[in-house]
Amino acid sequence: MALRIPRALYDQLRQHGEATYPHECCGVLVGEFDEAGGKVVKAAVQCGNTRTDSPQNRYHIAPSELVRIQREALLAGQDIVGFYHSHPDHPAQWSSTDLDEAHWTGCSYVITSVEKGRAVLTNSFLLLGEEGEKRLEDELYELSAE
Amino acid sequence: MPIKVLIPTPLRPYAGKQSVIEVSAQTVGEALSDLAAQHPDLRKHLFSEEGKLRSFVNVYLNNENIRYLSENATPVKETDILSIVPSVAGGR
Repeated sequence: MALRIPRALYDQLRQHGEATYPHECCGVLVGEFDEAGGKVVKAAVQCGNTRTDSPQNRYHIAPSELVRIQREALLAGQDIVGFYHSHPDHPAQWSSTDLDEAHWTGCSYVITSVEKGRAVLTNSFLLLGEEGEKRLEDELYELSAE
Repeated sequence: MPIKVLIPTPLRPYAGKQSVIEVSAQTVGEALSDLAAQHPDLRKHLFSEEGKLRSFVNVYLNNENIRYLSENATPVKETDILSIVPSVAGGR
């Protein structure tokens, strides 16, 4: 399985999308890469959406938050393994903007559709390739008890 | 002097799979140059063909974006930590 998320964190990131509706939520998935190339999520860190000019259809995480989260993850022997955001009243499918703005190759980009304030579908996509020829591919995920 | 550079997940394959690399530098520019000299494969992921930091690559000296300091001319000291973080954004 490519991405393993504890059920409680999965619920947490979906609830984040409901809480910020009709705006997009966003956050960072911290965890570990396993030897098989899979990822285990240990924490879902909520971030603020700095795109206050268009929060209903855009998100941006302040680099200063990424710096802090990356530093704390490394100190804990963990890594940034992915990110999540919501699509208010829009499918849980990556957009051209999502691909253009994705730069963390090997990481997961988890998207939750939130319809009329309720989280509906959550999908994960894996960023592969290099700039200029990068792509997002469907990624299987598994919910774990812990 | 030696300072530590934190390497983000996507750049590790080009940095010997290391998450922290020690470089020798007096300024941010020297630190990035030494980093690229140690790991030449990193260069095109950090810099444009004109040699400028790519627009989506953020470099922080401790908690400050170098774009709001003196960029490459920003002096560094031994206890400093340089963090590289590609941007995270998108939307439907």
